[in-house]
Amino acid sequence: MSNNKQKILISDSTLRDGNHAVLHQLTEQQIATYCTAANSAGVPIVEVGHGNGLGASSLQVGEAAVDDLTMLTIARKHLKNSRLGIHAIPGFATIERDLKPAINCGVDVFRIAAHCTEADITERHIRFCRMEGKIVFGVLMMSHMVEKEILADEARKMQNYGAEGIILMDSAGNYLPNDVKEKVSFLKENLKVSVGFHSHNNLGMGIANSVAAVEAGAAIIDGCARGFGAGAGNAQLEVLVAVLERMGYNLGIDLYKLLDASDLAERELMEKMPTVGSTSIVSGLSGVFSGYLKPVNRIAKEFDIDPRDLFFELGRQKVVAGQEDRIIEIAAELSNSGKN
Amino acid sequence: MNKYRVAILGSGNIGTDLLVKVQRSENLECVAFIGRSRGSRGMAKALELGVKLSDQSIEYVIDNASKIDLVFDATSAKDHMVHAPILKELGIRCIDLTPAKIGPMCVPLINTEECMDNMNINMVTCGGQASIPIAVALARTHKNIEYIEVVSSIASKSAGPATRSNLDEYIKTTERGVKHFSCAKKTKAILILNPAIPYIDMMTTILAKINEPNLELLKIELASLLERVQSYVPGYKLILGPLFENGRIVVILRVQGFGDYLPKYAGNLDIINCAAIAIAEEYAKAVKNE
Repeated sequence: MSNNKQKILISDSTLRDGNHAVLHQLTEQQIATYCTAANSAGVPIVEVGHGNGLGASSLQVGEAAVDDLTMLTIARKHLKNSRLGIHAIPGFATIERDLKPAINCGVDVFRIAAHCTEADITERHIRFCRMEGKIVFGVLMMSHMVEKEILADEARKMQNYGAEGIILMDSAGNYLPNDVKEKVSFLKENLKVSVGFHSHNNLGMGIANSVAAVEAGAAIIDGCARGFGAGAGNAQLEVLVAVLERMGYNLGIDLYKLLDASDLAERELMEKMPTVGSTSIVSGLSGVFSGYLKPVNRIAKEFDIDPRDLFFELGRQKVVAGQEDRIIEIAAELSNSGKN
Repeated sequence: MNKYRVAILGSGNIGTDLLVKVQRSENLECVAFIGRSRGSRGMAKALELGVKLSDQSIEYVIDNASKIDLVFDATSAKDHMVHAPILKELGIRCIDLTPAKIGPMCVPLINTEECMDNMNINMVTCGGQASIPIAVALARTHKNIEYIEVVSSIASKSAGPATRSNLDEYIKTTERGVKHFSCAKKTKAILILNPAIPYIDMMTTILAKINEPNLELLKIELASLLERVQSYVPGYKLILGPLFENGRIVVILRVQGFGDYLPKYAGNLDIINCAAIAIAEEYAKAVKNE
């Protein structure tokens, strides 16, 4: 039986998505320590950087404590066997300023991302990284917002540019397992390259959705130690690996060492463990990018409004990742309408 | 009365919208609408407006140089690199709407005078036209600005193929423009495409790090600059701010277009075209007064 199972590639987003959970304040020491642990557990890909990827440190989405190149240089030094990955969104990251230096730093895996309907903005970036001989995945963010046919069209564009895998991100933690199955299997039928899935845990579906993705044929699955990531966090990496092994997949990861890495992550990286907090549930239901949790909470307080109302209004107005300025605008509106 | 004779090079969204605006002007006359193919939507629109068409690209300008006072170049940065020296040789003024940035960057009412002396000027970017007046207000009221960031979100539908494949150039040119006009130590530009329906109006947010910000002074300066920009882009509106929030100055603008060629949400196309027309009008007036 096990011969029929697809090979699964695990990509560890702890040091990238987790940066959202600490307002992008991961330190050099923390990056070094976790990279060492993940490397020794045999994690295939370790993604590192600002929560919104290369070139994203900004007043809009938060300034990082450590600059991109320093993060990547440290990670590279401590990842002897694991591949080093980055996330990059055109519109934030550029080839000259961000991708070229990352290549020089020794990054192996380039995950070039766009909002799920905007794949064509990734063309030059995907082609460039492929020309440089790097592993390139196309990432469709906020993929809950559109139907499977549109996702397949956008994914095919990325495939044509040279992406070797297409990862659907459930950036808002809005999917239920049936949604995952429907979309992943449709992409699988319509693409030549691998399909991947990146879950968030807003509705408590982080692991269940990852399992559904694997059952539908996904071959790249993202996870984070203890679920350390934006909003309610991601699929908890060590649980994911244990569950997939229990399902009969051989991932080539040393479970004991991965559990050690997770313990270390809990101890060394986190201010507090990710939980499915009340606001995160609303964030998932309203379909708003998980990275909005911290700014929404802060701004709701400043404007003396209910963060849940703010999330639902942001969802109604269909904001995408990177539009954090709209939080203030909508908060001001809600606050004014409350006073009238 | 002789109008100032302009030719529009490039028959995409920008070029076609410019054409509609030129048609409205009392001082400008479009003597040629020039593309590469007569089959484009822009060409159909120009035909409908009764404007002279050509599919000969820059060749048409070379052959008709004596009949043209000004060329709006709405092609691409790469093409403009070819067109610029030819236009210079022919002695034809050029307003460059691509991110090629060969001539000095121009924002009307901020450096119109500098532009009068140059045969080739560059209109920066849509985000640059929207944000630079605010960056100038910051610079006029504060010394030693540490950092200015400009975030623009636009409707996916308003971003044509050239915009989509030139995000890196957009970022670089916008950052340079904001830095040039504000003298901030560091600048950053971010562009977000949002596919929401109904389509979103262009929104531009200016975020800045400034020691000892003086919001009262800034408000007064902003009000006067807003009014001046609104004189050529009526849909340019302050939505929020200036606020001091979480250690940063925040100013949020929204730009609605005239709805000339593309609907009103495409404020991004409108603002750069309105700026280009405003400068062309100045050239026309200068010639008239000679």
